[in-house]
Amino acid sequence: MTDWPSRLLPLARDLPPSGIRRFFDLAATMEDVISLGVGEPDFVTPWHIREAGLYALERGMTAYTANAGLPVLRQGIARYLEGRFNLRYQVKGELLVSVGGSEAIDLALRVLTRPGDRVLIPEPSYVAYTPLVRLAGGEPVHVPLRADAGFRLAPSDLERAAGASGARLMIWCNPNNPTGAVVDRQQLTALAEVVLRHDLVVISDEIYAEIVYGGDYCSLAQMSGMRERTVLVGGFSKAFAMTGWRLGYAAGPEAVIRTMLKVHQYAMLCAPVMAQVAAVEAIERGWQDVAEMVEEYGRRRRFIVHALRDMGLDCSDPGGAFYAFPDIRTTGLTSAQFAEDLLVRAKVAVVPGSVFGPSGEGFVRCSYAAAINQLERAMTRLRDFLKAGG
Amino acid sequence: MTPERQKVLLHLLEHNAKLSPQTVTAMLEDEDLETVERTIRELEDTGIIRGYSAIVNWDRVESDRITAIIEVKVTPQRGVGFDEVARRIYRFPEVQAVQLLSGSYDLQVVVVGRRIQEVARFVSERLATIDFIQSTTTHFILKTYKVDGVVLEDGDDDQRLVITP
Repeated sequence: MTDWPSRLLPLARDLPPSGIRRFFDLAATMEDVISLGVGEPDFVTPWHIREAGLYALERGMTAYTANAGLPVLRQGIARYLEGRFNLRYQVKGELLVSVGGSEAIDLALRVLTRPGDRVLIPEPSYVAYTPLVRLAGGEPVHVPLRADAGFRLAPSDLERAAGASGARLMIWCNPNNPTGAVVDRQQLTALAEVVLRHDLVVISDEIYAEIVYGGDYCSLAQMSGMRERTVLVGGFSKAFAMTGWRLGYAAGPEAVIRTMLKVHQYAMLCAPVMAQVAAVEAIERGWQDVAEMVEEYGRRRRFIVHALRDMGLDCSDPGGAFYAFPDIRTTGLTSAQFAEDLLVRAKVAVVPGSVFGPSGEGFVRCSYAAAINQLERAMTRLRDFLKAGG
Repeated sequence: MTPERQKVLLHLLEHNAKLSPQTVTAMLEDEDLETVERTIRELEDTGIIRGYSAIVNWDRVESDRITAIIEVKVTPQRGVGFDEVARRIYRFPEVQAVQLLSGSYDLQVVVVGRRIQEVARFVSERLATIDFIQSTTTHFILKTYKVDGVVLEDGDDDQRLVITP
């Protein structure tokens, strides 16, 4: 009998399972659950984009592509980044098409983390950062995002954490999953100054960049001095409702992207060709679809925030993504207890904020990537649940 | 309420007439319940909103219901335009829809009946005999896949996992 524990990489063996797993297992066994726990669009990929993928198959496009991705797709991404953020990236050397934004994040962490390096992670944030930093051999250093600051990273908090930890790298997401908070241009400018002062490199996960409600969304890479120290991660999953296609990209300084490309070519070779062809269609002709979906998310957002506040839960206005992050501390429950009780008693699935980092405790993530009648029913159930004493 | 906002309101109700005024108010930016209720009333009173209905997949309810689309060519005469002919047609209760089209025929008429014979009789005895109607071509609908933007076939269920990060 093989003694597997002794054969496994301790780092991987000892990774805690995702905090979402337990709720998923519980919810999956129940009937009639309304789920506000889904971190992906409820829209199906627009038909013309799906059709482009089908057509690629029909034409027999089933071979590997260039490691960095189809040139025509990289050109489309480069044009988008220039038009949207005034950021110029060389199609050859500064852009890499990855298997979802997730792979780009993993690649960036792997090539930018030296053994024992400390990596700043503002939290609550996307669940993958901490484990991926550990797998890359780094030491995660959490920077708490504070509720009273709308969960936006305060320059003073970053300053303190950078100074105390001696970290050289930060990974963050803007707009934020799970809070929906968006850091605006003015705040980004102040953050960039801290980043420069501490000579940090930043992996900026901006997968929700296209799902923002009003305001002037900027990329961190646009700030003065930031382009040369930022790996910008984007993708097609959220904006174009293409999660299952697994297609993202990284843009950044040539030295980093070329090194990431080496890992990518050995580990992944290339992103799936069919998804790449569909993504070309998306980035060239999919913007009307994006606008319509964002408009719809915006209406649901107003509805859910209004409903949550109306039942006495504090909830800041999410500036982006499709999550509301209400404060449930008045119930006296931990966010895990709250989510479990709500699921068992009211059959509404939300995700406990603590899953996204210790500073998410006391909050739950409610995704409004769900049809309005589902949201209406979920809010009625939640209201009844709270009336019954939580 | 601004005309732009009214259009959004109309789109919301066209898509889902069961939305409560409370929900509609919450979905629109900076509108109060009273304004929304008053606007809906005005839209109803002025006839912009002509009614509310359900989208029914009749294929799954009864088998003795048949729908035909009839192309009608009209010879307009002095004093009798398309409108007058259309009016004569739409007054028949079995007529569900009448539209004036550009192209190779003039009016498109949708008729619902219980049997092919019933619709055939309507065409030959009622429709074709109206003055100024030059010819008719009747198409029976065999199957409806999508109507008013709604797909009637099953299989478009939510494919997502219950909880994802």
